[in-house]
Amino acid sequence: MTINGKYWRIALGIAVIAALIIVPMNFNRYGLYILSQWAVMTIAAMGLNLTLGYAGQVSLAQGAFVGIGAYTAAIMTTQGLPLIAALGVAIVLCFAIGWILGYPALRVQHHYLAFVTLAFSTLAFLVFRNEDWLTKGIYGISGIPRPNVLGFATNRPLPFYYFCLGSLAIVSLAMWWLIRSPWGRAFVALRENPVRALSLGIDTRRYTLMAFAIGSALGGVAGTLYAPLTQYIDPVPFNLSLSLDLLMMVIVGGSGFFFGPFLGAMIAVLLPEWLRFTQGYYLMLYAVAVMLLLIYSPTGILGILDRYLAERRTKAASALRAVAKSRLETAP
Amino acid sequence: MTAVLEVTNVKKSFGGIKAVDGISFDVQEGEILGLIGPNGCGKSTLFNCILGQLAPTDGEVKVDGKVVTGLRPSELNRLGVSRTFQLLQVFPKLSVRENLILAGQEHQGNMMSRLFGPSDAGLSAAADQMIGFFKLDHLATEAAGGLSYGQQKLLDAAMAFMGGPRLVLLDEPAGGVNLTMLGDLKERLAAINREKRATFVVIEHNMEFVMSLCTRVMVMAEGKLLAMGTPAEVRANPAVIEAYLGH
Repeated sequence: MTINGKYWRIALGIAVIAALIIVPMNFNRYGLYILSQWAVMTIAAMGLNLTLGYAGQVSLAQGAFVGIGAYTAAIMTTQGLPLIAALGVAIVLCFAIGWILGYPALRVQHHYLAFVTLAFSTLAFLVFRNEDWLTKGIYGISGIPRPNVLGFATNRPLPFYYFCLGSLAIVSLAMWWLIRSPWGRAFVALRENPVRALSLGIDTRRYTLMAFAIGSALGGVAGTLYAPLTQYIDPVPFNLSLSLDLLMMVIVGGSGFFFGPFLGAMIAVLLPEWLRFTQGYYLMLYAVAVMLLLIYSPTGILGILDRYLAERRTKAASALRAVAKSRLETAP
Repeated sequence: MTAVLEVTNVKKSFGGIKAVDGISFDVQEGEILGLIGPNGCGKSTLFNCILGQLAPTDGEVKVDGKVVTGLRPSELNRLGVSRTFQLLQVFPKLSVRENLILAGQEHQGNMMSRLFGPSDAGLSAAADQMIGFFKLDHLATEAAGGLSYGQQKLLDAAMAFMGGPRLVLLDEPAGGVNLTMLGDLKERLAAINREKRATFVVIEHNMEFVMSLCTRVMVMAEGKLLAMGTPAEVRANPAVIEAYLGH
């Protein structure tokens, strides 16, 4: 990759960030709601991308952690506590539960692990629905306040969108740094070859549990933003289908790629909206599009880009070799 | 001289099959012990028992006089016992340099210092030195999965040395490696053995490789120790010729 390519990437990054800040300024309430939802779901999908994409541990419980975070925020903020306190509690709670949920992963893998986490997902849903004293059951919790951030009220849609976007930026930076740390390398080792990892002194048990705990904690972070976004929560959004949606976001975007969740969440949240003009057919079109994509590229959208770049690199390298060879041959 | 590795009466059964049937031996510091025997005689199983990848049915393993039976492979590795694998075991999506950094990073500091420390765990220089030592310079930033079989074998061996191990168990390092590279590999191993006083146990089918590299050779057959001695003694042993070399 040339210096030129690096500048282009930085320029592209700045352009995207600027667009995310400026363009929504004249969006209506619904548009801002959808974009905020995209930011929130991206955070949850980033957590799952860490657990599944980097560390290779299948989880069908990410939606449950979003639920735990959302209920924590709803219960605490409707009691008059600040959202930041709820955020702290949600992170600690989801980290601890995620850690415990990681234990089965030390014994079972792949689809067996998927079933264990699926059972947890169901259990969490039953708690949200049946424990009326805590969650108000099927009636849900309404009147969830939006926070004041650094003295600014976020009651209106635009400030709240900026609040979500800012949170996404912070989580992204933390994640970028995490996957570049030795931990990130150890997570990849866990995914690619746990036996070899063990023989290199990598404590695979501790890293597996960490991958679950951190991924789940990010689900909790997304939940604490989700509650003030909708301002009303009931158990329904946090059933198994949310976990499946999040799994799909990670896979469609590109599992194990840093920007995968951003794209995946965009497709899962925005595409159905754009397809609304087709009326009754939009879900069908959406499903077909996802199927076609995964047949064409099982590694998701970023997998296509990755393949293209790898091909170009190989071509450039073989061209260089050919030039070098012809110079050798023509040398006097 | 102190024994780096002491194996006492190690047994491993799988159901009714006695894969390793009461093996005892010592390896002294700085020694290169060859371990040979026909396919299926229990060499790799013995390795896995020593390294904690399999729990031995019976017996004891000591490293530097300390009992290590029952330790996990990761704990044993951090005590300075490293290994290579018979089949390719590199991390294909990571670059050559990243593979080597990964191989060394758990040998220093703790979980927290690894999280908050530098992203290369301060090992870039050590990794590059190892890359130079194994003549992989032009491949440092390539994904390990894109290397040739022989190059991956070299990388696999290099990874085993990243943590500065006292004892390295090599499982068929020469398998599938071409002649030029094989010469390189042998020379590199001999150099590390000389300079770092590293101790090796090598499983290998390539007799030329074993006989020229090893100071002592141990022969296994059907889970038992058949012979032990210098390469010349082993080559002349009638029981060994009968069981193995004679074919």
